[in-house]
Amino acid sequence: MSMEIAIPQTVERENYLNKEYGVWSWLLTTDHKRIALLYLVSITFFFFIGGFFALLIRLELLTPAGDLVQADTYNKLFTMHGMVMVFFFLIPSIPAVLGNFLVPMMVGAKDLAFPRINLLSWYLYIIGGAIMLHCMLTGGVDTGWTFYTPFSTNFTNTKIVEAGIAIFIAGFSSILTGLNFVVTIHRMRAPGMTWSRLPLFIWAHYATSIIQLLGTPVIAITIVLVACERALHLGIFDPKLGGDPLLFQHLFWFYSHPAVYIMILPSMGVITEIIACFSRKRIFGYHFVAFSSIAIAVFGFLVWAHHMFVAGISIYSALVFSFLSYAVALPSAIKVFNWTATLYKGSIHYDAPMLYAFGFLGLFTMGGLTGLFLAALGLDVHVHDTYFVIAHFHYIMVGGAVMGYLGGMHFWWPKISGKLYPEGWARLAALIVFIGFNLTFFPQFVLGYMGMPRRYYDYSHMPEFQVLNVLSTAGATVLGVGYLLPMIYFLWSMRYGKPASDNPWNAAGLEWKTASPPPTFNFDEEPVVTWEAYNYDELDAPPQKQEVTVG
Amino acid sequence: MADSSTIMGLHQEEEHHPQLLHHFADAGQQRDAASLGMWVFLATEVMFFGGMFCAYLIYRHWYFGDFGAASKSIDATLGATNTAVLICSSLTVVLAVWAAQTARRALLIGMLVVTMLFGLAFLGIKGYEYYQKFEEHHVPGASFSFDHVPIPGHPGEYANPRHAQIYFSLYFLMTGIHALHMIVGLGIFTWLLVMACKGRFTPEYYTPVEIGGLYWHFVDIIWIYLFPLLYLIDRHP
Repeated sequence: MSMEIAIPQTVERENYLNKEYGVWSWLLTTDHKRIALLYLVSITFFFFIGGFFALLIRLELLTPAGDLVQADTYNKLFTMHGMVMVFFFLIPSIPAVLGNFLVPMMVGAKDLAFPRINLLSWYLYIIGGAIMLHCMLTGGVDTGWTFYTPFSTNFTNTKIVEAGIAIFIAGFSSILTGLNFVVTIHRMRAPGMTWSRLPLFIWAHYATSIIQLLGTPVIAITIVLVACERALHLGIFDPKLGGDPLLFQHLFWFYSHPAVYIMILPSMGVITEIIACFSRKRIFGYHFVAFSSIAIAVFGFLVWAHHMFVAGISIYSALVFSFLSYAVALPSAIKVFNWTATLYKGSIHYDAPMLYAFGFLGLFTMGGLTGLFLAALGLDVHVHDTYFVIAHFHYIMVGGAVMGYLGGMHFWWPKISGKLYPEGWARLAALIVFIGFNLTFFPQFVLGYMGMPRRYYDYSHMPEFQVLNVLSTAGATVLGVGYLLPMIYFLWSMRYGKPASDNPWNAAGLEWKTASPPPTFNFDEEPVVTWEAYNYDELDAPPQKQEVTVG
Repeated sequence: MADSSTIMGLHQEEEHHPQLLHHFADAGQQRDAASLGMWVFLATEVMFFGGMFCAYLIYRHWYFGDFGAASKSIDATLGATNTAVLICSSLTVVLAVWAAQTARRALLIGMLVVTMLFGLAFLGIKGYEYYQKFEEHHVPGASFSFDHVPIPGHPGEYANPRHAQIYFSLYFLMTGIHALHMIVGLGIFTWLLVMACKGRFTPEYYTPVEIGGLYWHFVDIIWIYLFPLLYLIDRHP
């Protein structure tokens, strides 16, 4: 409580940003906050590369004829869009930027458990990213981001091995981030910070880390097998030599389905923090929200074959996987209902982070419910490999994960930069993103249900699909503007923004009890936690308590 | 890494061990964190090998006899010797950790050296096995040949060379990646040896020896699973 009566500062105090200057003070830093900013810059770069590919895809689909690019180029465009967005933007997005910045502060630690390994993980990401860039500039890959065998091992002559190496290395960056989080959350909590006092952001990142740790090595070995198969023709995935291409799909989706939860779980953590803060209430059902994160991580490992219903797996295993896929809806629904219950009778503030949180709630619910369509065996046969699937997973991965990422960036921007972003512009951008997103992807549900297959660059035999495709392309343009705006005003605010107080939202959580921007070791004194998580009733109580608490 | 001298001013606590990093409260926390970190890393390693074990189990099930025949062509005596070598090296690792805990520096250095010698012996024997396989044209690829090899227990039936090639692919991948881990382990132990010679390890600070040892044991355990799966599946009298 003593923070609220801090003396106005005249001289800028030392913080993690102004402590040292120069390129090497960034490239050799082991400060988790600086590494988070290194990640922020790098993933933004890859986001715009992936976005550029998306723009070309949408432009090609503006007209039914394949007139902008050739078929081969189109194959490469959607492949590189997927690979860049999944492995170099979405998977590192919230964990490596916001998680890196916030996990140590939220648990009350000076840094992550292994600061040098944290820096190593960024370098691995950069090495993987550089190889991926080289791969794109020298020809790229045309298999789709799933690089299914035997096309990837025996037939295509594009740069599978190079892209594989890039993803293999970036995968280790993801593993090391997860390892750091697990150890930090177990071993570095401040005195009094019990497991049930942890912010739910931490629980979400704990669950994410479990998936990163247990899933990523499987894709790593799968890539090794594909590379060996391609180079040496071993026969492990080649039916001509007695191998089984389905084995590849099993191993691939064993990681790549849980990978979706690597993207969405941290976003759910962000949304939980935002909703509690902007409805000024303790989160409804803390333990349910916490353990539903763990449940999603566990169930997430048991549903992978729902990507393979039409690939020739047995009907009995398909039944089991269909059932288990429905089971994942339970913990997800628990979260949505608990967020809604938190809003009930809350005093809701419509600041930009909250607008993103509302956007998330609507879009994630739609993405989740259409996921149930796809988990249903009969319906999946109809919509498999159509735009319905594309729309579904973009509602989760863009509507869910990216909305959460942007909401979190706005929420914690005052802490990260020490400056306030322009609230009016931010609300406008949130609105533009929401409208642009729905305009882009809702028509794709309809297109898919009507039968437009994914990965086609030419639909001139079905010209009636054009209207919806034009709507989608128009929406993508709006969405692009919505994504550019925050980047512009965040950069603007770093120079011209009003200085932020230590706790501009009057939010709960240890990260708000230190300066904005925080000092290098996060806290001037080691925090001792004596309060429960989300104690908004105490924060908003009339100030009579201040006489009691002195220290 | 901000070196500890600049940080020292911030902490007025009791005496600081030079190896205690600034962001840990005490040596116990640092040790627990490092040890948990290694255990978590080993869990990822289990999953890494798990993909190959999964592939192995499926093809062993599909091509039961072919795998038996191919497994018989491998020298089980060499494999058994290597198993014994690794089990002995596990003992010397434990002794090295104990020596570090109890400040027996000469014993620590000795045990690290013996462990590394065992590791090198393992790699040497492994290399000889690879050489044998190369001579017999059992390396997958253009010159692979596995013709007219009878399937054990099925007189008159011969192994399908393509299915045997899958066995040998997995054999080389699994033992190859295991050997790669062994080489990394030797690198870690070389570093431990240098540090031990400099006298860096004390009963208060021996975490690197402990977690290096954990890694070594893990590599041993992988071999304990590889040995029966690759060498012993069809060795009954």
